[in-house]
Amino acid sequence: MTHEIVISGFGGQGVMAMGKTLAEAGMKEGLCVSWLPSYGPEMRGGTANCSVVLSGEEIISPMVQSPTELIAMNKPSLVKFEPQMVPGGKLFVNSSIIELKASRADISAYYIPCLSIAEELGNIKVANMVMLGAYIGATGLLQTETIRGMLAHMFTGPKAALVELNIEALRRGAACVREA
Amino acid sequence: MAKELWKGNEAVAEAAIRAGCRYFFGYPITPQNEIPEYLSRHLPEHGGCFVQAESEIAAINMVYGAAGSGARVMTSSSSPGISLKQEGVTYIACAELPAVIVNMMRGGPGLGNIAPSQADYYQATRGGGNGDYRTVVLAPATIQEAADFTQEAFDIADYYRTPVVVLADGMIGQMMEAIEWRKPKERALPPKDWATDGTRGKRPHNIINSLYIDAKDCAVQNRKLQEKYDRITETEVRYEEFMAQDAEILFVAYGTTARIARAAVLKLRKDGVKAGLFRPVTLWPFPEKALRECAAHENVAAVIDVELSMGQMIDDVKIALAGAKPVRFVGMGGGAIPAPQELVDEAYKALGRCGK
Repeated sequence: MTHEIVISGFGGQGVMAMGKTLAEAGMKEGLCVSWLPSYGPEMRGGTANCSVVLSGEEIISPMVQSPTELIAMNKPSLVKFEPQMVPGGKLFVNSSIIELKASRADISAYYIPCLSIAEELGNIKVANMVMLGAYIGATGLLQTETIRGMLAHMFTGPKAALVELNIEALRRGAACVREA
Repeated sequence: MAKELWKGNEAVAEAAIRAGCRYFFGYPITPQNEIPEYLSRHLPEHGGCFVQAESEIAAINMVYGAAGSGARVMTSSSSPGISLKQEGVTYIACAELPAVIVNMMRGGPGLGNIAPSQADYYQATRGGGNGDYRTVVLAPATIQEAADFTQEAFDIADYYRTPVVVLADGMIGQMMEAIEWRKPKERALPPKDWATDGTRGKRPHNIINSLYIDAKDCAVQNRKLQEKYDRITETEVRYEEFMAQDAEILFVAYGTTARIARAAVLKLRKDGVKAGLFRPVTLWPFPEKALRECAAHENVAAVIDVELSMGQMIDDVKIALAGAKPVRFVGMGGGAIPAPQELVDEAYKALGRCGK
């Protein structure tokens, strides 16, 4: 089992953080992991993407040429990476801002209004966690508890309330997939 | 020990601190900026000193000074910045001082770009500065190795009193992998009784210099350096073989490219082609004898050198093989990266067969 994931969007949407969270959670669950950012002259509002590999075996190349899963947080990302996906791959579309549908019939597409859900939760910054929840829900790959542990380590003191907010974001994302 | 997720550049910086490096002098350049960023925050916590110099030339001369005083010291940069540092490196090599120099290579020549590259092989292994000198060059292919080799680089530098280069690329610098922190095998390091760290009125002055104005004296120093380089060549060569024992196609690649070559080897094996990989870990000293022996097996039909350059290490491969086997090349300059399939295609060409 090897998951080769591309996460792509505007700088500031939390695509790098999403990738790091996936990689770290995968590592904590005993998988081999790699995280590789695109690192052109990116800036806030520009495009950014990262490749994450999660595997039961040693990872040879961290570069993802044919993603098994694509998380597209903006339209250019969907247009650019959808054609590269493997048949049978899973596509996650940020349907809050992308009006396009998947153009391929040989992949499963999940439309997640992650930004609208984050707004409902009162913090648009958790849109990426909603998306991550959808990813976990659809792939069954990682345990929410693993991520809760990481969040509890990250957010302490006055920020401790963010743990439950993020967990709720994950839960709402996963719920979208179940409804789909 | 538990695995931790580390970015290459930050792992290199943390490894330096763990190895006892307390001085860092550098000047920013992508794709290695996380090294100075990390050290600027964390070196002071360990009683160390971080200086962002006014230029690369200033930075390497600060390294020269700190190394002369016996401190563990490091600088890091990427290709064009490393070019600027070459004068200092040859001074440090001639003055026989230990220092660690990290080069996260990027596309060149000139200012080039910030994509991963391996086009500084000549510069690192031949010496980009003047005179007859060498630097030990360690080439990590994983973040684990980046952490391990950076720690060990300080020991090698102290043991031989010579600058050691950790040569990786933007991909290794930027990517994250799980690593375990571990200590390098222990070496009995000689006392730094040559350091200019103050006589306290109890011993004669130590003098650190790279000027030997009398040709006879300079010849003696050259002989001394050469004897040291011979010792390093005898004892420090490192390499790794992957499925090379029965290989009919032998790839030779280091660092990031070795990972791509590994993918190609597995792909070819799946198709029934016996492919293998020889990975130099030390680029200088180059594992010449080991490669010659590995490629000498009757079953090896061709050797394919793979680099993120227009072909630099291929010279060392050809020297090692001395014409015994045909040597082919796959590589790209300027920061482009070949896909495993291109290596697979080249293997079929070498065997005169059609691929699947």
